[in-house]
Order: sequence, then structure tokens, then C-alpha cells
Amino acid sequence: MLETFLQFLFSGITAGAIYALVALGFTLIYNASHVINFAQGEFVMIGGMATVFLADAGWPIWAAAPLAVLLAVAVGVALERLAIAPAREASTVSLIVITIGASILLRGLAQLVWDRNFHTLAPFSGEEPIRVLGASILPQSLWVLGGSLLAVLALGWFFGRTLLGKAVIATAHNRLAAELMGIETRHVMTLCFALSALLGALGGVLITPITLTSYDAGVMLGLKGFSAAILGGMGSATGAVVGGLLLGVVEAMGAGFLSSAYKDAIAFVLILVVLVAVPRGLMGARGAERV
Amino acid sequence: MIRRREARRGGLGALAAVLLVLPFVLPNTYYLNVAILAGLNAIACIGLNLLIGYAGQISLGHAAFFGIGAYVSAILTAGQGWPPVLALLAALVLNGALAFAVARPILRLRGHYLAMATLGLGIIVAIVLAQEVRLTGGPDGMPVPPLVLLGWSPPGEAAWYGIVAVLLWIAAWLSLNLARSPIGRALAALNASEIAAATAGVDVARHKSLVFVLSALYASLAGSLFAHYAGFITPAKAGFLQSVELVTMVVLGGMASTFGAVVGAAILTALPQIFATFHEYETIALGAILMGIMIFLPRGLVPSLARLAGRR
Amino acid sequence: MLGLKNFLAASALLAAGALAFAGAAVAQAPIKLGAVLATQGGPSFLGDPEAKVLKLYVDKMNAEGGIAGRKIELVLYETNGAAADAATFAKRLIAQDNVDFIIGGSTTGETMAMVPEIERAGVPFVSLGGASVIVEPVKKWVFKVPQTDRAAVEKVYIDMKQRAAKKVGLLAGSGGFDKSCTDNARALAKTHGLTVAADETHGAQDTDMTPQWTKIKNAGVDAVLYCGFGASSVVVTKNYAQLGLKIPFYHNHGSASTRWIQGSGAAAEGVRLPAEPVLVARQLPDRDPQKAAGVAFGDAYKAKYNEEPSTFAGYAYDALLLMADAIKRAGGTDKAKVRDALETTKGLVGATGIFTMTAADHSGVDVKSFRMVEVKNGAWRVLY
Repeated sequence: MLETFLQFLFSGITAGAIYALVALGFTLIYNASHVINFAQGEFVMIGGMATVFLADAGWPIWAAAPLAVLLAVAVGVALERLAIAPAREASTVSLIVITIGASILLRGLAQLVWDRNFHTLAPFSGEEPIRVLGASILPQSLWVLGGSLLAVLALGWFFGRTLLGKAVIATAHNRLAAELMGIETRHVMTLCFALSALLGALGGVLITPITLTSYDAGVMLGLKGFSAAILGGMGSATGAVVGGLLLGVVEAMGAGFLSSAYKDAIAFVLILVVLVAVPRGLMGARGAERV
Repeated sequence: MIRRREARRGGLGALAAVLLVLPFVLPNTYYLNVAILAGLNAIACIGLNLLIGYAGQISLGHAAFFGIGAYVSAILTAGQGWPPVLALLAALVLNGALAFAVARPILRLRGHYLAMATLGLGIIVAIVLAQEVRLTGGPDGMPVPPLVLLGWSPPGEAAWYGIVAVLLWIAAWLSLNLARSPIGRALAALNASEIAAATAGVDVARHKSLVFVLSALYASLAGSLFAHYAGFITPAKAGFLQSVELVTMVVLGGMASTFGAVVGAAILTALPQIFATFHEYETIALGAILMGIMIFLPRGLVPSLARLAGRR
Repeated sequence: MLGLKNFLAASALLAAGALAFAGAAVAQAPIKLGAVLATQGGPSFLGDPEAKVLKLYVDKMNAEGGIAGRKIELVLYETNGAAADAATFAKRLIAQDNVDFIIGGSTTGETMAMVPEIERAGVPFVSLGGASVIVEPVKKWVFKVPQTDRAAVEKVYIDMKQRAAKKVGLLAGSGGFDKSCTDNARALAKTHGLTVAADETHGAQDTDMTPQWTKIKNAGVDAVLYCGFGASSVVVTKNYAQLGLKIPFYHNHGSASTRWIQGSGAAAEGVRLPAEPVLVARQLPDRDPQKAAGVAFGDAYKAKYNEEPSTFAGYAYDALLLMADAIKRAGGTDKAKVRDALETTKGLVGATGIFTMTAADHSGVDVKSFRMVEVKNGAWRVLY
């Protein structure tokens, strides 16, 4: 019984760490612009696919991965400069539709530049599972988990300790006031898209050995990541990780103890219940917000 | 006020004219078929626009109401032998009740949290439709018997076009009337500021619930008709991507514009058909056009173009 | 021997049929072939290779003179598996493009949505969808290539019985392809003396299936059948290895591609599945009538796309073969005559199987054409 429970828990942590990593990307852009970036999953896809194709072309992973991340960052910056910045005066919903368009465009480009097949990467530290009391977890899951914890710490430091991070928060709260204080809000937005693409692509590299990747892998990851971010409370980095892990564990427990056919439905019911009880997510800001 | 009324009349007249002329311009039944699908989407979008455009409440799960409408019609007519009109009404009642039941707790949420809640509801409905194979045929879908109205069944595309065109016009007319009624003004007020609206005596929760139910009914009607017209229905029509597409239609056409919803639905139904021969470039073209319109006409097609026309 | 003869006849028709009529070919209108394939989204593992084959072989046949002196013009529409889109494209092919023949519906859902329009208009139609509902009951204009999902499950169950299994566990994805397979698996268990002791599902693009495996393991089953495809089929296999399971493990033909073996690596060793002969053409004995067709097809596909053809690539090839054979025998593209010719297809050797259609059977291949294969040292090995 303990063994079974532990296995469900490990499964939940594996999936949850992946959701958390994706959710963190949503958090960044949301913090700067209150935009839900529907192309966030595509950043993850680009990270994974570019690494795979560079690795297939003979590049060592330590060179392929940073290059792939760089590509995603370039895409993120281009998205902000070419699509989000010119439409700055548009409503939030219009901006969301722009990111929906971007996600469709990026999927189209990915299947043209690469292909429509699924691909995998070799795990970073072998396939031999780690066994704990009869249950097992793959070493790669620990890489993903470690990656999201590191990202939270880095984000916490960035927003809490650096001037630039504080500029981002100021911009999120009131763009005009931030500009009056001498903050170049234009650059802040670009920076956030770059960072968010970086985070997403890094996630893509870390998770591909577990989940595999394909040109349309971003759709589901984006959806689950968004759910995790909302569950944890939009805008909170800790919330994104808590939301991601909780979502993963609920899915695994739901699949294990209730019904695997309805596990996603069970997870969404939980999110609905949480939202009705705590309308701003588990760790969301309590301040007033107008959207 | 008089000018606005004239604009509304003019718009309804123009819509009627386009709907009347269209079947004589379209060269064959395939084009009529696309027009019918656009019309059904437009009916759902007019309803969704009441919610998103006028009341300012987003829904990322609206395809669920469309899907429930379609499946209730399908199951009751195919499985239980109900007359299609009765099944369609039953679907309206069920969707209305469902929307009413979830409206109050969910519409307390704001912005992205509301988006998440509606998205979750939509996905739950889509999962149930896909999993209950015995009832719904599962992911591969189920066939639906043809529509029968008082013993008459629409024999082909032309008859279907007539039905959809009339219903679309009525849907637009209702929506425009609602927008300028006291209810519409209350919705506009709570869209601008809920607190201010409440202070001015608007029952915010009641009005939100009302518009949510109404928009669900529009989607249900479109779904039931779609099921009978297509003769076949799959759970994908209730899914997340379909919901996103409906929202995109509304926003692309222009929020808070009934005709915008119609234009958005028509464009996003026709575009994939136009690009179908582009093959691998199809998705790229779709994405680029979507982005382009929103970047250069951020208020959506109809309001932005109307503004440009008004400036001259 | 009869099969081989027919195969040679069919190849001759593909290769050189038109040369004799080369003069007439210039004047004659092309044969318009319409296709609706799910090259996008979840079912792209079906539609993508199918589209590749149609493009490759239409070009090839045209370069060799076309069918009975007439070139083939391919009108291809791509979907993401959405049934509603497929129905619209069927209308478009018929009303707008005036096609002579339709291939497609990669999935059962697409096919079934296209059927009403096709039956109404009367166009010969060969589906690539898997479920038996497509041809049962028989519909006048509707034929299909793939052996039914039921046949695949039966092949697996027979093998399970040989390994003395009594309790079987099912694991499946949530798409139509997956569901159809599990439905058959549930329905057929009893007739094969098996009981379904575990019945689990995973979602599209799920990242970890160990809870489902843990439940299956705890149910104490003797064998497991996985119904699914794509990236999920790799994750499922890796999770099986991660938990160190030793239960005899079967996939359905959705995994029948080298890509799945490569993705799963060592975890795929020992997994069995029912596969179309095209997958293992080289290993077939020389007397097997399908060997020549399979090898030639596999080589051509690999030369063009630099990957091994999957089972599904073979479906599209066979649909083309069926069309060419029927048009040749009908002496033109008169739709009713082509349909009648399709229905009297006899001993046509394709990649999937040997086709013999009748008025009561619009599928034409049976369980016999499946081969049971096992993964050994990273490659398919034919068991029988």
C-alpha cells in the first residue's frame, strides 16, 4: 500500500515539476503585462525541438541546449517587439488573441522547419530509476524538479533584490507611474518576454527526455501550465510551483485511486473548487485588480 | 440616439441584404455549406459577444454549451426517438439550467481566474462526452438523424441555408435590442466598473447570470442545428480549441459589436477553406493573419473600420 | 501464386499501363483523385505518412504514364482529425473539385462524417480509418483498406492464449483510435477465454503513466495490451521499464513504426504487436506474395523521405492500388462502374494484405494478413 501510494506520489511529482516549470513562464509575462501568453507552450516546444535537431546534427548536448534556448529567446523578443509592443494600447483580450495567433504561427513554422514526428533526447544522467521503498522515480524527474526550484529562487532574487526586478513589478502595477519614475517600460516588457522564453525553453530541454517533444507538444503543456499558474495564484512564482506540483499530484492520485479516464476532469474540478473558495488562487495577490 | 438607432437598422438591413444575395452569388453547394457553418458559428458568437463584449466577462469554455446542445439533440433523436424540435428545446432547457447553476459561483471570479474556471468547465464537459462511449460514441463521435420540422425535412444545402439565415438574422436582432434595453445598459455599466454599477443600483450578480444563461442558449441552439445539419458529431466540437476559436472570432470581429461577431465568425470559418490548398503553409498564414488584424486593428475589424469610416 | 500473378499485373499497370496509350494520354482529361487526411494534431501519425505516400506514388505513377493513359491529379486537403472539417472537405471535393475518386479519412471519425455526403453524391470512396463501423453495415460507395481494429485485437488475444494468459490488463490513450481498440478488447475478451482485470486510460500528451501501471500491476494480470500511438506509446513503454515490470506486453498496430522502437530504446525489447507485412517485408519468406510488393514499397518510401514507412503509410499505398486496379477494370472513371469494379476486386496484393472485396465485404482483408512481431535488438522480428 505504501509502495503504491509512493509511486503515485512520484508520478505526481514528475508531472507536477513539468507543469511548474511551464507555469513559471506564464508568471513572468503576466507580472509585467497582465497578458496570458498563449504561446508559452510553444517556447517549451522550441527549446525541446531545437535541441533535438541540433543533437541529431551531431552537436553535443552542452552546446545544443544553450543554442536552442537562445533561439527561443530570440523568438520571445521578436514576439514582443513585433507583435505585443505595437499593439500596446489594445485591450488584454486582444493581446491574448495576438498570442493565440503567435502560437498557431509558431506551430506552423515548427512543422515546416522541422517535422511532424515526435522526438526524444537521452536522459542527462541515465535511465536507471531510483528506487525508494519499492517505488521508483527517474533521475530526469529530479533534474526537472531541481530546475523549477532553481528558477523560483532565481526569480525570487530577481524580483526581490534587483533594481531591474523591482522595475518589472513597478511596471506591472502602474505603467505610467513607472515611466514617471524613469523606468523604460518598453525594455522591461522585452526583458520579460526574453526571460519567459528562456525559462520555457530551458524547461523544454529538461522535460524532453521524459515527455518527448513534437511540433504540437506546446498545446497541452501550455494548457496545464496555465492551469497550474492559476491554481497557485497568477503572478506568484512560489504559487506556480505549488500549483504545478499540486496539479500533478492530484492527477496522479486521481488516476490511481479514482479513475484514470477521469483524472483530468478530477483535477479541473479541484481547480474550480479552489477558485470558488479562494478566487485568486492559493498564493495569489490579494490586492484589487482590474482586467 | 437617433443616429445609433439608424445605424442599427442600417446594420440589420445590410445583414438581411447580404444573407439574401449570398445564395445567388455562391457558385455551388460547397460554398453554401461554408456559409451555413459560418452562420451557425455566428449565432454562437453573437451569444458569446453578449458575455464578452457587452458584459466584459470572458469564457474559454463556451464550446461546451455548443457541444451539449449538439449531443442532447443527437442522443434524444437517435437514441430515444424524440422529434428533433423537442430535443432542441430540451437541449436549450438543459443548457440554460446548467449555465444558471454554475453562473453565480463562477462569475464571482475576475479576469484570468474566470477564464480558467470556464476553461475547466469546458474541458470537463469535453472529457465526459469523450469517455461515455455508450451514450456518445466516444471520441469517434455519433451520427445524428436529420432535422424534421412539422413533418418537413430540409432536403439540402439551400433549405438549410434558409433556416440558418433566418435564425441568424433573428439572433442579431435580439442581441441588438438587448444591448439598448435597460439590461444592456446595466451590462455596459458593470463592464465599466462593477462597484460603480452596484452603487448605482444594478444587481450585478443577477445581470451577469442572466447574460451567461443567454449566451449559453445561443450556443446551444447553434450546436443542435449543427448536429442535425452535419449528421455527425464528435466531442472535439465541445473542446478547448473550439472554445478558443469562438473567443477569437468575437475578438477578431470586434468586441461589443453584434455585427463584429458575425464578421469574425464568417472570416474564421472561411479562412481555413481559403488556405486549405496551402498545405504546410496553412497554419502559418492563419496565425499571421490573426496577429496582423489584432496588431493593426486592435479593437477588432468592425469597430475599427467603422471608426475609420466615421472619421472621413 | 494467384496473388503473385495479380501483384505482377497490378505493378505492370502501375508501371507501364499507359505506355501503350501514350498517344491518347495527351488528349485525355486527368483522373481527379480527392484526399482528406489528418496530417495535423493528434492523428498526424496517421495522416502524415499517408499524405507522403499519396504524393510520392501519384508522382511515380504519372511519371510512368498514369492509369490507363490518364494522368492523376491529386487534390489533397489536410485536417487535424476534426470530423466537421472532413465533412466540409468531402463536400468541397465533390461539389467544387468534381473528383472521380476519394481516398481518406485517416480516422474513423473523419470517415463517418464524410460518409453521408459521399453516399448522397455517389463517389467511389476508400477509407483509411480503422473501425469496423465504416463497412458494417455495408454502404454502397464506401470501402476501406485497414484490417479492422478488431482483427488486431484478435491477433493479440490468440498470442496471449498461447502464453497461457487468463487475466488481461488494458491501457489506452483517449483518442478515437485508442478507444476503438479497447472497446474491441473488452468485447472480445470473453470469446477468447480472457477476463479484463484492469482497464486504464491516459490523457493526450500525458507525461507519466506510472499510476496506471501500478494499478495494472496490483491487479495481478498475466498480459497487458496497450492501445495508443505517438509520443504516449513511448512514455508508456518507458514507464513499464521504469517500474521493472515483466508482464508480457503487447501494443496494437499504432506503435508499428521504427520511430517507436527508437524512442523507447531498451524498454521496447520483448514487446509484441500485430503488424502489417509491409513493416517486416524483408523478413518474409520469398514465397510470400506480399514480400515483393512490401520491399519495393518500403525502398521507394525510404529513398524519398529517409525514414521507414509505418503501417499507416501502407494503407495509403493500398488505397491507390485499389483505385488504379478498379479504374483499369472499369475502363474509365465512370463512378458507378468504378464502384462496381472496386466491389469485385479479387486477389489484389497490397502492402497491407491481399484484397478480395464482395458485395457483403467492403474491407477485403482478414486477420490472416497480420503478422505477430516482437522487438529484438532494436528491430522487428517476425514470430509468425
